[in-house]
Amino acid sequence: MAGHTSNDPNVLQPHISPMSIYLKVAGALFALTFLTIIAHHFNAQLGALAAPVAFVIALVKASLVMTWFMHLKYDTKVNRIVFACGFIFLAILFFFNAFDVATRVFESSPL
Amino acid sequence: MSTDSTHGTHSAHVAHHFKDASQQYESGKEGIWLFMVTEILMFGAIFVAYAIYHHAYPDMFAEGAKSLDWKMGFVNTLVLIFSSFTMAISISYIQKNEQKKAVIALGTTVLCGAIFMVIKYFEYAHKFHLGLLPGKFLDVAGVGAEHANLGLYFGFYYCMTGLHGLHVLIGMGLITWCMIRTMRGDFHGQYWIPVEGVGLFWHIVDLIWIFLFPLLYLVG
Repeated sequence: MAGHTSNDPNVLQPHISPMSIYLKVAGALFALTFLTIIAHHFNAQLGALAAPVAFVIALVKASLVMTWFMHLKYDTKVNRIVFACGFIFLAILFFFNAFDVATRVFESSPL
Repeated sequence: MSTDSTHGTHSAHVAHHFKDASQQYESGKEGIWLFMVTEILMFGAIFVAYAIYHHAYPDMFAEGAKSLDWKMGFVNTLVLIFSSFTMAISISYIQKNEQKKAVIALGTTVLCGAIFMVIKYFEYAHKFHLGLLPGKFLDVAGVGAEHANLGLYFGFYYCMTGLHGLHVLIGMGLITWCMIRTMRGDFHGQYWIPVEGVGLFWHIVDLIWIFLFPLLYLVG
């Protein structure tokens, strides 16, 4: 074994994210959590927008976790597709349920 | 026989059915991702159920959300985000063969999980005391509920936070296992897939809480 070269099939070449990235992501997640609370205090002014605002912030936080903490940015394409499948099937579940609920006709009992 | 400084004497131990070390690593991770899909679908189904009943009784859900203390949920969110951060850095320490630092980071993660569960315990104990129980167990007259079916909201509350709490407990156990194995020297810059898998699980637990917090405590 004459040293490990980059093309040695028995050697893993891991992608090591620098500490600065983790610190930045954690900082952003903390800041967004505070933003959620700040937005919550303006619920009366936001009205119908209150829920979408809270969930958009949650979505941004979730994508930060998935991209950097879960290393999806450096993962293989197939692993990203596998994980995306979970959300695709969840969207299908939601879609047909929403369709069902929205198209129901209210019938009151004549009894 | 020479060894370089970054890999030391450790090797990746490639099993014969894999092409190379990175294929072995990615395949292991693929299994974890498949498991994560089942987690998304399990929690996702409850989220969809929540959406349906919220659509049917929006005012009742608003009343339920008001009875929760957002400060508790807020602190727990910060605790879980911090624990996700320490989990992520523990992996990069192992990759750099800094096992001691990795053990400290993993220990901090378990500690954060414990803090989360203690806060959760106080929340639950307070609600039990008030009579805010799920379904038919809710003390409608005692809590002065405006909506007779407020128990439905607490059914969702206990189901979602309980299942999530169970995941936190399981995650704490798994991280402790990773910590002990790191101390034993099982993990190094060429082999850390169990820590990576447990890490993904822990981040999923964090991910679910990121959505549970605004859903249950803020928006209702």
